Amino acid sequence: MTFQNAAALAGPELILIISALSLLVWGAFQKSTSVLFTVASMAALVAAAVVSAMGPFGRAFSGGLIVDAGSVFGKVVIYLASAVAIPLGERWFARRNMARFEYPVLVMLAALGMGMMVSAGDLISLYVSIELQSLALYILAAFHKGDEKSAEAGLKYFVLGALSSGILLYGASLIYGFAGSTRFEVIAAAMTHGAGLGALFGLVFVIAGLAFKVSAAPFHMWTPDVYEGAPTPVVGFFAGAPKLAAMVLLARILTQSFGGAIDQWRQVLIVMALISVAVGAFAGLAQNNLKRLWAYSSIAGIGYALIGLAAGGQAGIQSMLVYMVLYVIDVTGFFACLAALSRDGKPMETMADFAGLARERPALGVAMTVFALSALGLPPMSGLWGKYYVFKAAAGAGLIPVAAIALVGSVVAAFYYLRLIKVMWLDPSPGATDAPPLEATVVTYAAALFAFPAVLGALIALDPLAQTAAAALALR
Amino acid sequence: MTGILSLTTFAPLLGVAAILMLRVFGKGDEARASNAARWIALATTLATLALSVLIVASFDRGQTGFQFTEDSPWFSGLHYHMGVDGISVLFVLLTAFLMPICIVASWKSIETRVIEYMIAFLVLESLVIGVFCALDLLVFYMFFEGQLIPMFLIIGIWGGKNRVYAAFKFFLYTLLGSVLMLAAILYMISVAHTSDIVALTNYHFEAGTQTWLWLAFFASFAVKMPMWPVHTWLPDAHVEAPTAGSVILAGILLKMGGYGFMRFSLPMFPLASAQFSPLIFALSVIAIVYTSLVAFRQTDMKKLIAYSSVAHMGFVTLGIFSGNLQGEQGALFQMLSHGVISGALFLCVGVVYDRIHTREIAFYGGVVNRMPIYAAVFMLFTMGNVGLPGTSGFVGEILTLTGTYGASTWPAIIASSGVILSAVYALSLYRRVVFGQLTNPALATIADMDSREILIFVPLIIATLVLGFQPGLVFQVTNASTAHLVDAFRAATGR
Repeated sequence: MTFQNAAALAGPELILIISALSLLVWGAFQKSTSVLFTVASMAALVAAAVVSAMGPFGRAFSGGLIVDAGSVFGKVVIYLASAVAIPLGERWFARRNMARFEYPVLVMLAALGMGMMVSAGDLISLYVSIELQSLALYILAAFHKGDEKSAEAGLKYFVLGALSSGILLYGASLIYGFAGSTRFEVIAAAMTHGAGLGALFGLVFVIAGLAFKVSAAPFHMWTPDVYEGAPTPVVGFFAGAPKLAAMVLLARILTQSFGGAIDQWRQVLIVMALISVAVGAFAGLAQNNLKRLWAYSSIAGIGYALIGLAAGGQAGIQSMLVYMVLYVIDVTGFFACLAALSRDGKPMETMADFAGLARERPALGVAMTVFALSALGLPPMSGLWGKYYVFKAAAGAGLIPVAAIALVGSVVAAFYYLRLIKVMWLDPSPGATDAPPLEATVVTYAAALFAFPAVLGALIALDPLAQTAAAALALR
Repeated sequence: MTGILSLTTFAPLLGVAAILMLRVFGKGDEARASNAARWIALATTLATLALSVLIVASFDRGQTGFQFTEDSPWFSGLHYHMGVDGISVLFVLLTAFLMPICIVASWKSIETRVIEYMIAFLVLESLVIGVFCALDLLVFYMFFEGQLIPMFLIIGIWGGKNRVYAAFKFFLYTLLGSVLMLAAILYMISVAHTSDIVALTNYHFEAGTQTWLWLAFFASFAVKMPMWPVHTWLPDAHVEAPTAGSVILAGILLKMGGYGFMRFSLPMFPLASAQFSPLIFALSVIAIVYTSLVAFRQTDMKKLIAYSSVAHMGFVTLGIFSGNLQGEQGALFQMLSHGVISGALFLCVGVVYDRIHTREIAFYGGVVNRMPIYAAVFMLFTMGNVGLPGTSGFVGEILTLTGTYGASTWPAIIASSGVILSAVYALSLYRRVVFGQLTNPALATIADMDSREILIFVPLIIATLVLGFQPGLVFQVTNASTAHLVDAFRAATGR
């Protein structure tokens, strides 16, 4: 393995790290942000996405970095989603006179961490990459300086995140102790006939640590508080791409290292999935703040993705990938829409704020309705197709009762999505809303148009891509 | 004629596009835009009607299989597969037939948010036609379930006082049934490795599997139909929905339940269908007797008709699960006839509601003195509802009862009492509203139907009488497919 080969494989990450650091220096001298700065950071992310899409496959750094169809699939989505997050956040902060050049840099560093997560082939790179993206996200959550809730969100996220990292690290050390290596493929060789008690213990800890990152119940406690407190566009960012990254990482370690122990970890995932769906559905019923509501909605959403993963094999991973991509687009659009809306300069966050939106701002009202219906999984919105893949994989793996229970859970959740739709369409508006900013509306409309009807065509392309990616991830 | 089904299905969406274009680019006040939306919606639905007439006219009556098929691969093994056979083609016509009537009926009674209203109806039409044309399970599910959205909004926005409750109840009831069906659909796809309805019809599921799949589909269709005891959403939805919403609900949406039984339950799970037919008979008989009695006690006109719909749907389920030709033909005919008659009855309620804004039966009385034309029209459809020979209602009931008799004696005998009970509630409704002295001063100045309203009823009257005197027009279309369905069912169950 020559240096050139390794550099080629790590190309996208190199682009990101070099541009992030140069931008940091530039920003430090310039002391403020500018349009050019924003565009440059977006360009770096898009370039990273393009390079990863075109780059070679292989392994580098003694197997610590794996570049295969699975990681490339994840990276393209992650980098593009991060690129979208930059203007949304920049403009949002600028309207509050708190635009700072650190924001794009932090998003890029988080994206770098996520990109390394989906490429991790080793427990060390797994941990380092998770920490890189988490640290950047902790800061982003508290980025609304002077806002108590934002500070609270950042602190809460940090303390609980650190705890989960500790758990994850402890699990990793157990696995290392029982398998004798930190590399995924060596671990796999030790686990061909199922995991022993010690290694299984370690695996459960690792799953728990990752479950925290994707906010799967019962490790979801931080989610509603952090979503409520953190700046809206930032929530849109970390509700989407980081979860995809953590799910891909989970898929990789579960199949590539612990493929032999599928019967053991499957139960863990199923239990987590069903608890997530139930928590998301029932706890969401009591929410009045839309950011909290969507936190619960995303908890339920992760539950569905976990069912796909629990189904295992290529079909299961493919279903999880498709589900997560559709989910990322939906959640980005939803929070962009929230970021776009304000009344008398105050952000609209409660159910009551949304009364009469469909009359007040028909296009945004329709977009919001599409996101709600998509999250509910009603055809022909994108959410249904995510569920279609997940439950088809579950049915193929003989998990029909699990699928049926989760589907019934979605009927409970339907109530709060309907409530939002009812509020928007049926209730009278309390007053005019402010003119929505351009960048947030563009993202909202794009995401809504994707959720319906573009998804019906996009899946033709997404299906084989996710299939190849899943084949690579399922390869032991 | 390939492509005509897609064209018919999506033609209403062209109307939606036109309305939206006008809304976005057109100038002028809201009243003018609303009026334009009305005309566009009417033109679109009439064009769709013309297309569906063309489909029925060029439909090959001798063929058992699907016609006008379109099939192109989609993703993940799914296909965009469309086609109609003798069972579904007339539902397409029924839908396209009722829609322009609904638009005209809403011409004056809907005054707020007309643009949204017309869009909701056009989207609904597109989805309903899609349900009857889809030959891929997932495509079917898409159309079937997608309707919840426009219907939720129609009830929720333009409905009566308690509309929010009714809309939620409608949505959640139907959704619960449908997700179980979705689970079954995905299981079928993963077992049979195809989502094609034609292929799945020829696929033999194991007996034990059939039981579960049948129950899951039953959950969805029984709610949609609706069958006792999951019918309770229907009276609420009907009472709160605007008149045209009720017409669509009773006229078409309920028929998707019966259509589903004939398209999926019977041919795909014949063993389970035979096994569960006593259950269906029991529920249907209860529905017929019980809801007829409940209908008799109602004080709200729409609620009464809603309960009578449940009773009439009981005949349909009896006919479908009798598993013989009379039963199937009767069930199909009953659905078509009920689509016309119940739609017309809701419109009759709408006529007086638009004038007085109440549906309380006790409020009315002696309407005939002021509204002779209305009284005559209402009389015709009341008789159709009762099942008087000469109206379309008679044919469906007599055939389903004959079919049921062939399958099982007691249910047929008990169900026959439904014919009398329907006369009891329908005639008493008519007497209380139309006959007697005009004592209520609020009715003293009530005006008879105007030409727009008469225009609405003319096609419905013609349809009721023509189907009543010439039921063969329907049977020659449905015969080949239903006969095939019955043969396959008999062969599979050995009955």
